Amino acid sequence: MQTATWMRELGRIFKPEDLLTSRAEMLVYEYDGTIFRELPGAVVFPRTTGQVVELVQLCRRANVPYVARGAGTGLSGGAIPAKNGLVVSFTKMNKILDIDIPNRRAVVQPGVINLDLKNALQPYGYTYAPDPSSQKVSTIGGNLAENSGGPHCFKYGVTTNHIVGLEVVLTDGQVMRTGGKASKSPGYDLTGLIVGAEGTLGLVTEITARIISLPEYTMTMLAVFDNLRKAAETVSAIIAKGYTPATLEMMDRNTIRVVEQVVKAGYPTDAEAVLLIETDGLQDGQQRVMQDISALCRSSGAREVRMATSEAERELLWRGRRGAFGSLAKLRPNVYIADGTVPRTRLPDVLDQVYAIGEKYHVTIASVFHAGDGNLHPNIMFDAQDAEETKRVFAASTEIQKVCVAAGGSITGEHGVGIEKREDMLLQFTTEELALMHRIKKALDPEGLCNPEKILPVLTGGV
Amino acid sequence: MTIKGFTGPDVPVYAEIKDCIRCGMCLPTCPTYRELGQEMDSPRGRIALIKAVADGRLSLDDPDFTLHMDRCLVCRNCETVCPAGVNFSHLMEDTRSQITRSAGNGRSIQERLLRFVILGQIFPYPARLRLLGGILRLYQRSGLQALVRWSGILQRLPGHLDSAEALLPQLSKDFFLPQPEEMPPPPVYPIRRVALFSGCIQSLIFADVNRATARVLAHNGCQVMAPPLQVCCGALHSHSGETDLARDLARKNLDAFAAAAVDAIIINAAGCGAMLKEYNHLLHDDPVYAARAEEFAAKVKDINEFLADLPLVPPQGRLEWTVTYQDACHLAHAQHIREAPRQVLRSIPGLELIEMVEADYCCGSAGIYNLVQPELSQEILQRKLGHVIDTHAQVVASPNPGCALQIQSGLRQKGLSMRVMHPVEILDRAYRQPAAN
Ligand SMILES: Cc1cc2nc3c(=O)[nH]c(=O)nc-3n(C[C@H](O)[C@H](O)[C@H](O)COP(=O)(O)OP(=O)(O)OC[C@H]3O[C@@H](n4cnc5c(N)ncnc54)[C@H](O)[C@@H]3O)c2cc1C
Ligand code: SF4
Ligand code: SF4
Repeated sequence: MQTATWMRELGRIFKPEDLLTSRAEMLVYEYDGTIFRELPGAVVFPRTTGQVVELVQLCRRANVPYVARGAGTGLSGGAIPAKNGLVVSFTKMNKILDIDIPNRRAVVQPGVINLDLKNALQPYGYTYAPDPSSQKVSTIGGNLAENSGGPHCFKYGVTTNHIVGLEVVLTDGQVMRTGGKASKSPGYDLTGLIVGAEGTLGLVTEITARIISLPEYTMTMLAVFDNLRKAAETVSAIIAKGYTPATLEMMDRNTIRVVEQVVKAGYPTDAEAVLLIETDGLQDGQQRVMQDISALCRSSGAREVRMATSEAERELLWRGRRGAFGSLAKLRPNVYIADGTVPRTRLPDVLDQVYAIGEKYHVTIASVFHAGDGNLHPNIMFDAQDAEETKRVFAASTEIQKVCVAAGGSITGEHGVGIEKREDMLLQFTTEELALMHRIKKALDPEGLCNPEKILPVLTGGV
Repeated sequence: MTIKGFTGPDVPVYAEIKDCIRCGMCLPTCPTYRELGQEMDSPRGRIALIKAVADGRLSLDDPDFTLHMDRCLVCRNCETVCPAGVNFSHLMEDTRSQITRSAGNGRSIQERLLRFVILGQIFPYPARLRLLGGILRLYQRSGLQALVRWSGILQRLPGHLDSAEALLPQLSKDFFLPQPEEMPPPPVYPIRRVALFSGCIQSLIFADVNRATARVLAHNGCQVMAPPLQVCCGALHSHSGETDLARDLARKNLDAFAAAAVDAIIINAAGCGAMLKEYNHLLHDDPVYAARAEEFAAKVKDINEFLADLPLVPPQGRLEWTVTYQDACHLAHAQHIREAPRQVLRSIPGLELIEMVEADYCCGSAGIYNLVQPELSQEILQRKLGHVIDTHAQVVASPNPGCALQIQSGLRQKGLSMRVMHPVEILDRAYRQPAAN
């Protein structure tokens, strides 16, 4: 919508530099990190909660849909606007408001970049744990909306475990404060409701996050396997023995080969799988734990275990993991990152099925994932220009999700449902369960203007 | 407005546009995105706009298109982090060339005039450059500069004259001429023969850096020559979309260096080095020059790169200096040279190298960027200066004249006494220092 009155009203709330409407400007807000796109009618950059309140009220009066946007790195289409709708970009609300060490809390605006928060905390000896691979770019607002995870989330928990309070502008313009610095709050867990809601229940304008002290000591090793199944079984074995490494990441043969071509981290290219295992915490006793884990890896079939003995070696081992996605991206025009979770004891079986699906649809699968969490990322390389191949990729992805659900898991671990997996929600939930979610959405957003047509599939027969 | 697409020569390659997977990993490294926080001024956004023109969804002449393309520094910070290996500078240079060729582009009359005079009428001609340099030198030494600055008259004139004037560096006492007289005596047993690319700005403002380079090379067993007919490398032209002018300059240089039978062509300005190493790309479809450009480009070596590859003659003198090194974009991001200059500096006894935060973040100088986008350039510079000052070093080592000027003028405005020097000047100083015992 670009009627003159509507524009005038927007102009009353936002300064010219915080309001975009031209053709060129709309063309760069039609996408996020996916292949979906839709042209918005306008883009605004709020700087205060007050502006967000006015905006939401205006949209309600004018019946214009809106969507929050962080850095636009989402992988399920969460930040794609409705046609001619409004994009609310939080990149100019990017201040760290408070670092409170005694209470171990940080208060930030939603546009703060994840790594900027970590860097600000480092001098105090603290950190914010969730570490999605996109941490250099993605915003805390986006992270919480998608409930993002990362390698260290196995030990420390995903985003929802680290968000303790919110300021949310609800769709009627009311400002709701949930949780806070205190460690407990009664009643329904409204913070938990908003985290992971992918921006469909309101606009988050302030976040109180838990911060933790940086570990005193860290050890890293790479376990090399000639058999993928054995590697997956080792993951469960380690955890069953009572160990909680900081990370338990797995890479398959295809990934290793591509990584070695591009970043050269020194991974053995003839291996079927590697596990990147890191422990952290007190230095005392850690050596012994690592030795035990290493012995366990060998007895579970690892042909070699490499312990990093210097910071440089540790960096090299991580370089392979961090460079994995990029290396895959260099090979083919597009990479589809499938994303599902399973109970970790089911990993060996599910992985077998995933590769069988790859063969069935003639697509190349390269896996690099958070094995400790049972969070699979089978990456499928393809060319989005090739409609036929793209169709096969999505078909394979749906089948992978079915396998995950059948194994007692979920269709997405950390990338969210968005547009992409909307229909796939039917694989995981019954109509009754989905109807309940629709009722929650309706209660908080009766007009259906807040990031509409995301997450929840349309149910035949209505709600 | 009718939609006008890309046509004629220098059309951005569609396959390269498509290399971008829109992951957004480049956003935080892009200085213009950091400052402005909006997608149009990010690498991903710029590529999306280029794609929109290629797809017929946006007109080449759309003033917004020109605006956001021209705001790019071509600093190539985005290339370093891009997981998909997008060749951003090629896309941007081709796009700017298209904009320049399009009569209906959104650039102002003033800016076109500035481009015409600076890029078209002055830089290509060494004699005119020297003449202008001479006038400016007179202006500085006669006391007129002090008078003009005091009067504040430039702030009242149109254009960005005041920011240009503020950037004016102290010009060298003697300009450097690519002539045998400027060359140090050759070593008795030369182990290599090298040619010096003396650069246009470098010869006027940093003549002493050229002299230091020649001395350091000779000290390391090189016989140094400088072809007299060489001209500006064309980097400013190429980044600004004046691609045909850049090609003319490249051809002249290939002719100038044709007779020089040397092992390497040495350049001490990062921006020029990046350009010279891309002559093969610039002239790839030139029937006469393509092959020669290939050969030439392969021989070009940045002075730091060249020195770090040698068994460097260790300096005997001590320099008790604290130095911080600034990674010029066109060395770090364009030529992937980061370690070599640090290695050169570390070879100096007594010198302490202090790393600054974000050493490889652009300083906002970017060719003529600080003239055409003064406000944004200043904002980017302030971020850099903060990191520089935090090191409390005595000297900032910078391998590129544009950056040196920009940082120096920023320090001067803040009334700070930190000096800016080229790494090779520092090495030269160490060589000339009496041996410590
Ligand atoms: C290369 C790459 C690697 C990645 N690695 C990981 C990974 O390891 N783990 C992982 O979990 N994800 C990963 N992602 C996905 C993505 O980075 C995350 O989902 C991230 O949290 C998105 O943050 P953003 O700021 O880009 O949000 P956007 O993409 O802009 O938005 C995402 C969602 O958040 C909502 N939102 C944003 N701000 C607000 C707000 N203030 N209030 C309400 N809703 C809001 C939007 O409406 C949208 O629905 C990766 C993506 C890429 C491209
Ligand atoms: S990092 Fe590269 S692929 Fe990703 S958005 Fe930027 S230019 Fe495109
Ligand atoms: S070259 Fe520099 S300014 Fe231009 S898009 Fe890339 S990072 Fe940004």
